[in-house]
Amino acid sequence: MTLSSTQLQTLRLVAGLMVPASSGYGVPGADDPAIVADMEATLGRDAAAVAAALDALSLRAGGVFAALNPEARMDVALALRAEGGAAMATLARVVLQCYYRDARVVRSLGIEAGAPFPRGHVLEQGDWSLLEEVKGRAPGWRAPS
Amino acid sequence: MKDIVDVLIIGAGAAGAAMAWSLAETKMRIVCLEQGGWTNPAAYPTTGRDWEARVHGDFHASPNVRGRPEDYPVSEANSPIKVVNFNGVGGSTILYAAHFPRLQPSDFRVRSLDGVAEDWPIDYATLAPWFAENDRMMGVSGLRGDPASPPSDPTMPPLPLGRSGARLGAAMNRLGWHWWPSDTTVATTDYEGRGRCINLGLCVSGCAQGAKSSTDISYWPVARRAGVEVRTHCRVREITTNAQGMASGVVYYDAEGIERFQAAEVVVVACNGVGTPRLLLNSASGRFANGLANSSGQVGRNLMFHPCANVYGYVDAVLDANRAPPLCLWSKEFYETDASRGFLRGYMMQFIRGTGPVSEAIQMEAKGLLPWGAAHHEEFRRRNGHRIGLNALCEDLPEAHNRVTLDDVLKDSHGIPAPRIDYTISANSQRMMDHAVARARDVLGEAGATDICVNAPFTYGGWHLLGTARMGNDPEQSVVNSWGRCHDVKNLFIVDGSIFVTAGGCNPTSTIQALALYIADQMKQRLSTLFD
Ligand SMILES: Cc1cc2nc3c(=O)[nH]c(=O)nc-3n(C[C@H](O)[C@H](O)[C@H](O)COP(=O)(O)OP(=O)(O)OC[C@H]3O[C@@H](n4cnc5c(N)ncnc54)[C@H](O)[C@@H]3O)c2cc1C
Ligand code: SF4
Repeated sequence: MTLSSTQLQTLRLVAGLMVPASSGYGVPGADDPAIVADMEATLGRDAAAVAAALDALSLRAGGVFAALNPEARMDVALALRAEGGAAMATLARVVLQCYYRDARVVRSLGIEAGAPFPRGHVLEQGDWSLLEEVKGRAPGWRAPS
Repeated sequence: MKDIVDVLIIGAGAAGAAMAWSLAETKMRIVCLEQGGWTNPAAYPTTGRDWEARVHGDFHASPNVRGRPEDYPVSEANSPIKVVNFNGVGGSTILYAAHFPRLQPSDFRVRSLDGVAEDWPIDYATLAPWFAENDRMMGVSGLRGDPASPPSDPTMPPLPLGRSGARLGAAMNRLGWHWWPSDTTVATTDYEGRGRCINLGLCVSGCAQGAKSSTDISYWPVARRAGVEVRTHCRVREITTNAQGMASGVVYYDAEGIERFQAAEVVVVACNGVGTPRLLLNSASGRFANGLANSSGQVGRNLMFHPCANVYGYVDAVLDANRAPPLCLWSKEFYETDASRGFLRGYMMQFIRGTGPVSEAIQMEAKGLLPWGAAHHEEFRRRNGHRIGLNALCEDLPEAHNRVTLDDVLKDSHGIPAPRIDYTISANSQRMMDHAVARARDVLGEAGATDICVNAPFTYGGWHLLGTARMGNDPEQSVVNSWGRCHDVKNLFIVDGSIFVTAGGCNPTSTIQALALYIADQMKQRLSTLFD
């Protein structure tokens, strides 16, 4: 299933409302073309729910989501979000999962971009002396006779 | 039938693998039928940039969401806790978090100690050698000397405490609580051909490094080298019986969907606490009208989860996040019964590090913590990497009305009736969970966390599937005897979590596998009198 051009337009607009670009943090918004293209390309099993959410946004907007001004779009989106439901939750997840795997965004968080394997991470040992206090405790398990 | 195998094992998960490996030394002809296939670690989520997203899709822990042909659907509208599993070689250990506590000695004596439920017909001492054997085969990292656990001898050093563990440990010291680095099956050194953990952080989507011991890479390679045959994509529809009331074999669908019969001298069921009662009930016949091995009426009853209080918050420092195996410490401070708390039995707390940015954003969104618009970035950055949390696994008591039956409508991809779950959280479990949430707030607060979030019960927390074909000496009250043989069918054995009499308050897989090794040993010792 692919999204219609109207649905794609709504997706771009709502993504930008959720996560706008920030010059302060040096990051694109979720409406960045590469990020929206990632959403579109990887919709997969979420396509029907996302399409339903986008259609619901348009319906609530009186026909065309894009026809509203930005403030009104945000009002409509927040109202539908507040009503809950699987479709809006899926839409939000799809936007967030593509945004927070974009290399520019991930690097801005101080995290290395890309697949964890085979690079992995380093985990510090931490302070093992903290355990000394526990070692002195009396046995804490019941031993039935 | 001419092609009779000596032992037919159904299910290649945690228990089936241990059983197969142990029996292999007998040189009997052993075949395992598994409805799923082998997973390819090179295709696990952590090998791709979409690693966090796949947890919501083809690597979701719920078979209903995952929906692969190998998965059978579960009818669970009438349960606040949803079943999670994995169907393939390795079973649910492909996805498990590798937290590896053992049931405590008191868990085998619940009736005697606390006056509720039943005692097991075996005790901790009976299983002790098999716990140790299983630790060696699975490879366990941990630290000797936990004052709240019976002695054990982990095969590798513990996972690092990291920043999260150290912060939590310090908080528990201030509260005067017990804590200890968890036993896990995550290799901290190279072990038996497996590489050590490199902190990919997503153990619950399969370990691409092979550091987490799932049975496809621990038991199965050794068992297969010893001659055990594993037939994948073979889903068993029913266990058949002969005129003597003995199991004669199974009817299954092979990888091409062709119906086949496999005759067997002995049948071992290892399909887990939901798959096993489903199969026994689907094996009803003229001889066993209520389902196979069900003269007691206990098949499918007494389903126990560990209702889980998942509680987390955010501190003002960057912690380990997803850069480590998620589980780090346990606390048994509230494990043993203390009636003054208002409930019987108890729970283990298992402490969790954090998550990756996608999971953090999605969970913040679900909790209403994520602003849309200009404020988004600051709020997200204030929390991302700052999470600290825990799961409290509360002990359910066995109750006949919590049960697995067959759904009237829902079927799997072969048209076999699906299991239906009817389950409610008991008043005792609810009080325990409320207590756990309050104590979780205490410890997370002490660790400096604010904005505490609670999921209790954790919806997709049906990890531990226990009690639905329980063990006992009384054939009227139990399904299998004290060494896993069905009271009603003397060449039919059950080795998975369904034979648990009570659930304990901790993750069960170490005990499930110790039981499988113990039952295999009993079978080997009794070979000449196995069916008497
Ligand atoms: C996300 C997740 C996290 C977990 N974390 C932990 C943890 O940290 N610690 C812990 O102790 N436990 C954990 N568990 C639970 C643990 O995985 C199980 O306790 C354990 O795997 C159960 O072993 P089993 O052999 O009984 O069943 P499984 O491992 O589930 O294996 C059963 C096998 O039987 C097969 N099967 C079922 N029916 C049929 C049929 N009709 N025909 C053919 N094959 C069939 C299935 O495909 C499956 O492979 C976790 C589970 C999940 C899903
Ligand atoms: S954290 Fe370690 S055990 Fe877990 S997936 Fe990564 S390498 Fe494997």
